[in-house]
Amino acid sequence: RPGSSVWGWCFDQWHLSAILNNVFFFLSVFHFSQRFTTVVPESCMLILLGLVLGGVVLITSKKQPYQLDPGLFFLFLLPTIVGDAGYFMPARLFFDNLGPILMYAVVGTLWNAFCTGFCLFGMKAAGVIVEAGLMEFLLFGALISAVDPVAVLAVFEEVHVNETLFIIVFGESLLNDAVTVVLYKVYISFVEVGPGNVQTADYFKGIASFLVVSIGGTLVGLVFAGILAFVTRFTKKVRIIEPLFVFLLVYLAYLTAELFSLSAILSMTFCGIGCNKYVEANISQKSRTTVKYTMKTLASIAETIIFIFLGISAVDKSKWAWDTGLVSCTLIFIFVFRAMGVVMQTWVLNRFRLIPLDRIDQVVMSYGGLRGAVAFALVVLLDGEHVKAKDYFVATTIVVVFFTVMFQGLTIKPLVKWLKVPRSTNRKPTINEEIHERAFDHILAAVEDIAGLNGYHHWRDKWEQFDKNYLSKLLMRKSVYRKSELWEAYQKINIRDAISVIDQGGNVLTSARLSLPSMASRTSFPEVTNVTNYLRENGSGVCLDLQVIDTVPGAKMEVESETHHFLAGNLYKPRRRYHSHYSRHFMTTGDQERQEREVFQRNMRSRLENFKSTRYKRYKKDRSQKKRRGSDVKEQEANDKPRLEREFVNVPYVCADPIVVPLESEEEKGEHTEPEKEEDVGITFVARKAPETPKERPKSVPAALEVCQSPSVFPPSPTSAEKNLPWKGGLGTLPVCVSMEATKIIPIDLQQAWNQSISSLESLSSPPVPAEPQHPRVSALSRLGGPARIHSATVPVTGLGSAGSTDTSQGSVLKPQSRDMINYAGHTGFPHQVCCMLDKHGPI
Amino acid sequence: PLWCDKVLLRASRRVEIAYFSHSQITRLYSRFHSLDKGENGALSREDFQRIPELAINPLGDRIINAFFPEGEDQVNFRGFMRTLAHFRPVEDNEKSKGHDASEPLNSRNNKLLFAFRLYDLDRDDKISRDELLQVLRMMVGVNISDEQLGSIADRTIQEADTNGDMSISFSEFIKVLEKVDVEQKMSIRFLH
Repeated sequence: RPGSSVWGWCFDQWHLSAILNNVFFFLSVFHFSQRFTTVVPESCMLILLGLVLGGVVLITSKKQPYQLDPGLFFLFLLPTIVGDAGYFMPARLFFDNLGPILMYAVVGTLWNAFCTGFCLFGMKAAGVIVEAGLMEFLLFGALISAVDPVAVLAVFEEVHVNETLFIIVFGESLLNDAVTVVLYKVYISFVEVGPGNVQTADYFKGIASFLVVSIGGTLVGLVFAGILAFVTRFTKKVRIIEPLFVFLLVYLAYLTAELFSLSAILSMTFCGIGCNKYVEANISQKSRTTVKYTMKTLASIAETIIFIFLGISAVDKSKWAWDTGLVSCTLIFIFVFRAMGVVMQTWVLNRFRLIPLDRIDQVVMSYGGLRGAVAFALVVLLDGEHVKAKDYFVATTIVVVFFTVMFQGLTIKPLVKWLKVPRSTNRKPTINEEIHERAFDHILAAVEDIAGLNGYHHWRDKWEQFDKNYLSKLLMRKSVYRKSELWEAYQKINIRDAISVIDQGGNVLTSARLSLPSMASRTSFPEVTNVTNYLRENGSGVCLDLQVIDTVPGAKMEVESETHHFLAGNLYKPRRRYHSHYSRHFMTTGDQERQEREVFQRNMRSRLENFKSTRYKRYKKDRSQKKRRGSDVKEQEANDKPRLEREFVNVPYVCADPIVVPLESEEEKGEHTEPEKEEDVGITFVARKAPETPKERPKSVPAALEVCQSPSVFPPSPTSAEKNLPWKGGLGTLPVCVSMEATKIIPIDLQQAWNQSISSLESLSSPPVPAEPQHPRVSALSRLGGPARIHSATVPVTGLGSAGSTDTSQGSVLKPQSRDMINYAGHTGFPHQVCCMLDKHGPI
Repeated sequence: PLWCDKVLLRASRRVEIAYFSHSQITRLYSRFHSLDKGENGALSREDFQRIPELAINPLGDRIINAFFPEGEDQVNFRGFMRTLAHFRPVEDNEKSKGHDASEPLNSRNNKLLFAFRLYDLDRDDKISRDELLQVLRMMVGVNISDEQLGSIADRTIQEADTNGDMSISFSEFIKVLEKVDVEQKMSIRFLH
């Protein structure tokens, strides 16, 4: 007997995983047909799929073993979604609209609950629907009236209404949990003791428990937010567990609140909102990314499971009983009372609102009152012994959930379009907006003070003062606390630009550069202050960053966006993006092959040319040296030859350099030519190399000749060319012309251009570097040429490394711990890329 | 003196009735009166500077200056209301009627102009790099270096500047903030 149950369990598990596999397969099919998903929300399809799967299981096994288990739902599925929602809640927007949100969440839910309950009871009295007590109807009204966060999130995320509307509906769905929980529990206890035994004091107890549950839940959440923020202050040495702390403590906030029968959703939401600012500031960029993606992934998995299981549960006929009167009455009542409630509350709210919610907003808000899995889980949890009509309630809840999620979810998008509701623009603020909006806040606070109004801005200003003076000091790392918010914003914007440039431009240079007419301009632009600046100056060539194009209005913008489209259409796809679009169902490999072949051929051709020309020039050089005494004219002809050789000259030196950087004193020591070494510190080497070359040059020119005798020995290094790029050394004496041969043989050298733009960006963005002891040679050099360049050369390369590897770890990189960065850079993608390039293009 | 109050109140009511309701004017007048320590029917800079919150507002002094017409160091109740009227929320009926006379003070452009004037110290209708730097310096802490601030200012100007004069004119200012909901972000609710 135990054996058989174990087997049964195993079978169930197998069955379950098979179902889930199917689910994810179908999900991919959904994504496959993109046109379909733009019309039908995913939640609808998941429910449908669940229905189908449930039907299949029911037919094959004659019973329905699966259901959305309330325990599972409340312990695991719901918190993942709420945690995600709370942590990534736009705090400013949320608190700006806290008034309406609270109003709708508390008053609106109470209104819905009571009205629905009483009216259903009235219908029962009229004899239309099933027999049940007043308390039972009120209970049902309470659980059916709460707007569901899961459903709202699933539907509204696809609709993209404007952010105020979204935050009001979504905030309401989160905060009404306290009301639902209290009403539900109070009614359950009333039902259990029997309506006759309820005393007046119990009603007051109910009200008191509402206050306790809501305020207590919020407090628990805030306490955990404080703990979490405080803990992450000290995780600098153990970055790896930062995400773990975030998940654990946010979840713990949920569990603790649940343990004390407080509102768990409130607790988790406020924990997320409260800790976000400090945690995000404290943890490393990688942890931030991890937290973000893990949360989003878990939440979407949970959402999928919830909707699928809603569908599956609905198939099980033994659990529910149908009553047409109850179902239709409930549907009508919840819709009517929702609309009435919204209209009445908005009328009150608009008397206090700066920008009133207009009629269209009210329609969307009424229509967006979706019911979902919370209601279902609550109704399943009901005790059939006390609530006789449970089966009818279950059926009704299922129908209501399906109706709201599927019908309203399906139609809300056309409705929003038809009503021309202002849509949200998913746009990152520009630096101007950051600055001026901050100024606006200050202005408003000051004006309120002058006008003697203790309004919202007054209190927000007070709070910000308090936050700055005490909270942030307590909860943020010192290094982070010192940074200005404006500076952070500036850095973020710059990094975003840099990333997009690298994303789109990086490969433009490596693969398609030969066809770009802007080459000359790119190699000779005088000074790069930052990436955007650079982009604007060279807009015609490589301005692929839409963000930047946006900010350049007028006709210029059109030209640039045209250029952008032209380039985007004609350039080779960057490798990374290419893979991200990989799909099992679309055969795109043909394109890729073509691209690879073309690039390969081009590279090989250029290498061959370069090889030939090198040999030819060497030959010529030899000849010219013989004839040097004879004619000056000839020397002029051969003028660009030494320049070329200079590049090769430096290669051995370059390879020798790697150890130099970590230990500044040992500059000229090693003679490492193994590529291994280069991989480790290649980047850093580039950085410090540039300033030092000129001094070496005289020596190395003769050496060049020898080197060139056997070019195959030396793997071409990016720096060789880089030295001759005019901006790199900052030396006026260098010829402006960049030898094309050099750039051809080492495609990666063009990354140096980007490197440079990034480097200047970084040098700007990093806080002033404490004056480090300069090597005499370096300082001599800085006297010679561009003094500002030296710093900019040290930091930058790491920036490229991290940006190039697209793991968005800039945040940590930008901190002035250059030693860390150097080590760190060794592990990022860049050196690897270098190595790959060397492997590929190395010995000829 | 009481008669003076009444005259002032009546005068201001006539002019500013378009912007404030009767109760709002009364409320603002009592505020004006409580600020007016010299009791001469006009506010001086010192009167404003006595407001404790303004002392900790980074842009406090600039905003105080905005209340005073050029070259004057007194502002009467009318001027006081006129400045505050910038911050009234835009209402639907005002949006539609707009064109008959001059633009209402609380129009989008006037709100922006108010903010613009805070930057534009020399009133040449351009925010130069120096002017921007001054405001930025006010708004950030001491932990940020001059170079950093300079680079922010540079970028800000580059982003907004379309005619290449390395400064932000008012039209460029409008342009760069065109996607911002200025009507909401530059409005406060005066109690009814």
